[in-house]
Amino acid sequence: MKRVIERGPAPEPIGISVPRRDGIEKVTGAASFTTDLTLPGLAHARLLRSPYAHARIRSIDAEAARRHPGVIAVVTAADLPGVQLEYGHAVADHPLIATGKVRFAGEVVVGVVAEDAATADEALRLIEVDYDPLPYATTVEEALAPGAPVLHEKAGRQGAHRGFEEDITRDHPNVCSTFRQAWGEIEDAFTGAHLVLEGTWHYPMCYAFAMEPYTSVAEWKDGELTVWSSAQHPYMVRDDLAHVFHLPLSAVRVIVPYVGGGYGSKSYTKIEPLTAALALKAGRPVRLALNVDDAILTTRGDGATVQLRSAFDRDGRLLGRQATVRLDSGAYAENSPLVGRKAANRLGGPYRIPALEVTCQVVYTNTAPASSFRGFGAPQVVFAAESQMDEAAEALGLDPLEIRRRNLVERGERPWPKVRGLDAKLADDLALAAAELDWSTPPAPGVGRAVCVSASDAGSEPVTTATLRVHPDGSVTVLCGSTEIGQGSATALAQIAAGEMGVPLEKVRLVQSDTAAVTYDRSTGASRTTTLMGLAIRNAARDVKAQLLEWARESWAGEDAPEPVLEHAGIRVGDRLAGWGEVVRAWFAGDYGEAIGRGYLRKAGETAEMPPFWEVGCVGVEVRVDESTGEIHVEKLVTIGDVGCAVNPQLAEAQDVGAAIMGLGMAMREELIYEDGNLVNGNLYDYRVPRFTDLPELRTVLVERGDGVGVYGAKGGGEGALNPVASAIANAVRRATGARLREAPFTPERVWEALRERDAANGR
Amino acid sequence: MRETVEISLQVNERAQSLRIEPRETLADVLRDRLGLTGTKVSCDAQVCGACTVLVDGRTVSACTFLAVDADGGAVRTVEGLARDGVLTPLQQAFIDEAAFQCGFCTPGMLMAATALLEENPHPTEDEVKEGLDGNLCRCTGYAPIVAAVLRAAEAGR
Repeated sequence: MKRVIERGPAPEPIGISVPRRDGIEKVTGAASFTTDLTLPGLAHARLLRSPYAHARIRSIDAEAARRHPGVIAVVTAADLPGVQLEYGHAVADHPLIATGKVRFAGEVVVGVVAEDAATADEALRLIEVDYDPLPYATTVEEALAPGAPVLHEKAGRQGAHRGFEEDITRDHPNVCSTFRQAWGEIEDAFTGAHLVLEGTWHYPMCYAFAMEPYTSVAEWKDGELTVWSSAQHPYMVRDDLAHVFHLPLSAVRVIVPYVGGGYGSKSYTKIEPLTAALALKAGRPVRLALNVDDAILTTRGDGATVQLRSAFDRDGRLLGRQATVRLDSGAYAENSPLVGRKAANRLGGPYRIPALEVTCQVVYTNTAPASSFRGFGAPQVVFAAESQMDEAAEALGLDPLEIRRRNLVERGERPWPKVRGLDAKLADDLALAAAELDWSTPPAPGVGRAVCVSASDAGSEPVTTATLRVHPDGSVTVLCGSTEIGQGSATALAQIAAGEMGVPLEKVRLVQSDTAAVTYDRSTGASRTTTLMGLAIRNAARDVKAQLLEWARESWAGEDAPEPVLEHAGIRVGDRLAGWGEVVRAWFAGDYGEAIGRGYLRKAGETAEMPPFWEVGCVGVEVRVDESTGEIHVEKLVTIGDVGCAVNPQLAEAQDVGAAIMGLGMAMREELIYEDGNLVNGNLYDYRVPRFTDLPELRTVLVERGDGVGVYGAKGGGEGALNPVASAIANAVRRATGARLREAPFTPERVWEALRERDAANGR
Repeated sequence: MRETVEISLQVNERAQSLRIEPRETLADVLRDRLGLTGTKVSCDAQVCGACTVLVDGRTVSACTFLAVDADGGAVRTVEGLARDGVLTPLQQAFIDEAAFQCGFCTPGMLMAATALLEENPHPTEDEVKEGLDGNLCRCTGYAPIVAAVLRAAEAGR
């Protein structure tokens, strides 16, 4: 790893690669995940899923299952009067269990709770469901065709509406929402253009494959609900559970142990309402642990078709961009309306585009519901946008680096009206990536190189709190609602607390993700935790220090007493530095008590402007193509991790590398395939994720220019390096072979077809 | 009543005699009967390697390996690696190289790498990649795991 450091100093241990704090637990098997949890009286649930893509449920006969020895409860929608069955982040259209109709093959129809999972499995086989199959639409084209089957007869109620500024509108019965982004005079841009390029790109629906499948445990006691879950956003799950069961927020406790991978797929509410409903009916604590095949049917990434048209002047400057994006969002809205909004936004940056018009439709299809997935609309649209930039360079005889340089927005410049100015020097990042690929040296014949960039409006909503407790011995406990999903928040946030308080890292304990014990955080996603929770912790540290200064004045007042002065690691009283613990002891007049610091963050002050920060992506690749098989060999993969301030450089690098390899998987192999209404590769045999032997030569440059909104200029990482990977590979293949790839993943078959198209175009 | 059978095996050098159902996998027995939850189940189909344990020194996928087939055998799991709180060089190398993020694949990865290094104490980079190709990791992008295994080989496991 190389580092470029152009930022001010930060107090240790901020900026140091301290070992992960979850390390020993995770290498000894002691780390506890939701799947490892057990409780007295714990019962086990299994689910019966629909074999039909679209069908009315005529009747369910579960009598034999109910009578099966060891069965505690059999639950259908009819068994849950008084429960608000439909929930949803954007649109409350998703029943926690099918209500009269199924909308995708795999939808949950019946839940069985038994003494053990094997008994529940036996009972499932005794249930008879009479379905009336309906015509279905498993592609966007089918869903938008005249006379298409309608998935949702009535428009879904606006859902929790957290972070949605626009109304969810439906301009077609199968369009869940439409988002439009526009500025400038688009007609003029195209009329006056020297070059107009137009194309259509396809990005597949993908599966995040968090290795821990969705798991939750629910327990009711005296009308209060506790749920343990593999969820990224415990507070959002709490809010949905309170809504579903008509409970005050304080009556719902969501606890998140270690999470076995998220990547966005564990954002928002998944199986928790169902688990809680099963526990309610069973009168016992219930564990619902999905397997991978079930998890694929729970959430996936949005597939996309991007029609993109761009206008350039003779020097390669962008004049306008016009796009229609259609997302295949599956049977329920989940978070796809927000993915749609972000997909539209992310066609806007990182270039200066005088006129833009993007329409993004989020389309219901009879497939597993799509929601958040790492990159969140960006990988889909960046594939098209960055491919077209290379096409423009080629048409105008410009170096692909040069056309990008001419169009990139400068640091501080707003990519579009009313947003925060870009907080990165992307042209410099691009130069770093090019240098790592020896850009100025021509590649060998048959080898192609490319560099691509992206900018995502990241960070989600800056609504976050933290609590920082200072104990009489000077040690510190931090309470925060951010989840450790593997990204290293347990380490980086503790580093920030230690750095801000000036106490050794080993004196800081971080408590995370228990809605009854820690204070509110909106979410763990959109690369926001180090930046936004980091600021909340800094604010809590400032708050507690201000209190401690006041306490020092009160405790040590006197006529000749020197005025206490706040310093980084304590309070100076005359020629003596009193540690935080000493101030606590003095104020309570004994070796007890504690000081409580409050850290608030909201859309105000430094985080008033949206987005809170830009997450930039900058990658380079070098590829070789076997023209006889269509196999692409990605030989080098360069990522530039422009993170402002790397609180823990080793972990920041790890985020970049992990994201890039996930991007490689989606570009090269990953694709969920539907045939005849069913997912035909919904398992890990057929859905191919990257393996050790797919690993290219990797190079990461960590760039720290202190230009983010976070502590010491930090800003988010972890998605950026994924977003441009598909476009970079496609562009490199074009330069290696002359073939243009417009549909990911780039399977050998698709590459081979693109090579034949090239030959046909060349008259061969 | 379901049919049960008696099995005897060594788990992390401790003798265990258990009455189990013949359908129970080794993962079921380790996790649910012996409380050794370090062994993780992900794909449940012998594809991902998360549940890798060693039976008589050889790697098996505990999610699909029937516990009755371990009868009379010696099983090693991630809980058996460190001794008296002292990590093996491989475990330490995983921490030093940040060779895990979420940690869900880590127990299986460590067991597969332990077997690899026992068979081939000084593997090349390609031998590490080939040897661990049956273990999936979705977080790290694999590079730090390769570095950790090579580092452990250097340190004498």
